[in-house]
Amino acid sequence: MKYVDEFRDGEVARGLAEAIAREARPDRRYAFMEFCGGHTHAISRYGVADLLPPQVKMIHGPGCPVCVLPIGRIDQIIRLALEEGVTVCSYGDTLRVPASEGLSMLRARARGADIRMIYSAADALALAQKEPARQVVFFAIGFETTTPPTALVIRQAAQLGLKNFSVLCCHVLTPSAITAILESPEVRELGTVPLDGFIGPAHVSTIIGSRPYAHFAEEYRKPVVIAGFEPLDVMQAIRMLVRQVNEGRAEVENEFTRAVTEDGNLKAQALVSEVMELRREFEWRGLGVVPYSALRIRERYAAFDAEARFGLTYQGVPDHKFCECGAILRGVKRPLDCKLFGTVCTPETPMGSCMVSSEGACAAHYTYGRFRDIPVVAA
Amino acid sequence: MKKAYIRPLDLRHGTVDLSHGGGGRAMVQLIGEIFGRAFDNEWLRRGDDGAVLPAPRPGERLVVATDAHVVSPLFFPGGDIGCLCVHGTLNDVAVMGARPLYLAASFILEEGFPLADLQRIVASMAAAAKEAGVPVVTGDTKVVEKGKGDGIFITTTGIGALPVGRELSGANARPGDAVIVSGTLGDHGMAIMAQRENLAFESEIRSDTAALHGLIAELLAAVPQTRVLRDPTRGGLAATLNEIAQQSGVGIVLDEAAIPVDPQVAAACEFLGLDPLNIANEGKLIAICPAQFADALLAALRAHPLGTRAARIGEVTVDAQHFVQMKTAFGGRRMVDWLAGEQLPRIC
Repeated sequence: MKYVDEFRDGEVARGLAEAIAREARPDRRYAFMEFCGGHTHAISRYGVADLLPPQVKMIHGPGCPVCVLPIGRIDQIIRLALEEGVTVCSYGDTLRVPASEGLSMLRARARGADIRMIYSAADALALAQKEPARQVVFFAIGFETTTPPTALVIRQAAQLGLKNFSVLCCHVLTPSAITAILESPEVRELGTVPLDGFIGPAHVSTIIGSRPYAHFAEEYRKPVVIAGFEPLDVMQAIRMLVRQVNEGRAEVENEFTRAVTEDGNLKAQALVSEVMELRREFEWRGLGVVPYSALRIRERYAAFDAEARFGLTYQGVPDHKFCECGAILRGVKRPLDCKLFGTVCTPETPMGSCMVSSEGACAAHYTYGRFRDIPVVAA
Repeated sequence: MKKAYIRPLDLRHGTVDLSHGGGGRAMVQLIGEIFGRAFDNEWLRRGDDGAVLPAPRPGERLVVATDAHVVSPLFFPGGDIGCLCVHGTLNDVAVMGARPLYLAASFILEEGFPLADLQRIVASMAAAAKEAGVPVVTGDTKVVEKGKGDGIFITTTGIGALPVGRELSGANARPGDAVIVSGTLGDHGMAIMAQRENLAFESEIRSDTAALHGLIAELLAAVPQTRVLRDPTRGGLAATLNEIAQQSGVGIVLDEAAIPVDPQVAAACEFLGLDPLNIANEGKLIAICPAQFADALLAALRAHPLGTRAARIGEVTVDAQHFVQMKTAFGGRRMVDWLAGEQLPRIC
């Protein structure tokens, strides 16, 4: 595959691995957080960790849109489907996230809820147009990457004057999550969680640009390298982070120049701000209530806001008491530290959200990496 | 007295209705005009409730396999539910090492299903059965109300004869054995998915649906020491190898760079965020044999039109956890796990 295989070349990877091993000082440890689930997935799927020297460790961050969705939001959409009888359109991963009362969207479906799996926001709008007798609600989740398509379908629905389409807007913001991690007591109290730098988001940065990260580099003295989701991107970013640490720099660098500019996609940003505005606060799974960390639909588009249309109120629900998703999302714990991991919590029967999405730290480790937990004897 | 006249079925505009499953004249007519005509053979012509079949050769044992087919869409590039339901069941019999002999077919039709589509599907089934040399000797038809089915579901059952001394099983893999695959992976699943999602590629991805018993006969003639044969259908290579690892109590290590995947399929998987190792195949074979016979097995596969892209992709290892692992082309290592949940519903 052209433009893809080049970024997965084993030969180049070996060269980069040697360079990282050469440059990483043997007398210190390097702990970098990859913010995005896309990076987590690439690291696990391609076995990037095997190519790193022992003193360089990766910590999985919270950038998995399905993982950070709190139970209360899933309860909301399930209630809409079961009690209001609306047709819910959702991205596939979300369907298996456990909600209250032993339900998930998938189980609600088995109880008769009309919940459809879609691949894009446009599919939800098309369904509403095709079936005017149905109330269609699009369960809009994700970081800045998936926000512009949601804004676009809301604007299109307004232009078409659709009466049967609305959106439960759960879009969240990356910079707020990074701030929440850097402000968390574990990271602030030095030594509890060592964090020497971030691999910055790939797709999110194509929208918001590289500028929003400057604050972290300056204020918190943490290097940030924005990187693509291919395994060579990740390796190159790690090398750049090692260099920054060695040289005592804390800057925003861009490894993903083939897609990310300083300003990002201004057109998409304008579209989003036309349709949406900041929420005063939003509950994240793992990070708790984070101020100004999510978006809601503006008053002028209230007709397409499911929260307004159906008079929804938000009720937070605590996670299972042994579930460590929260600490894992903050980078404080690893999947193996959780009592539930691999026992009652598996991809087939997930208890926490990190086990649901393939971008979640637990699912990635379970699916791709759990052989590392047990020594394997060769034939 | 006038000869009884029944107007022929309207195969152009007609549809299935409840009377076609009611046990009356309409049902007899449907069976005669569509199924009887297409599958015509001595057993069906007798019109009995079951087929009386000759016993296998002395010492041979019987193999039976059954498979329900609910694929959506019914017609896809490279095939349709008709040939698929023949190939799927024949392959299950054939990977046991048996010679497929007979098929039985059971149809669940939904009220309103176009007779033209039914005829097209049955014709495709009949052609596939004829090509494989395996007659459909008995069958059943039921009709459900509109909304209670999705057009057509077909269950087929196959019977085959297992030659004396042949013992193939997923439990036979031994550490050191070679793992071989007969061709590119993921073609069937991606053909269905591309059709469903209306994905247009430069050239169409076609299902690999095919009857494998010919290929298997050649393979077993060349390497009778073959220990395991499996067709990696639902769940793809990943699920099938995990099954074998569990059954045999071994581990398996794959070499990603050696696994054949069609570039179009790889691109489509990339686009949809799927892994070709999890995608269904309907005309591919996994063979496991002692390492010293691997070259002979590969040569036998490659000499057959259905095995030209056969490749040796890994080896069986000692592993108390029975994990399937893979050396990635990137240079790392990862597990190849079962798929959680349902990636592509109604694939076959």
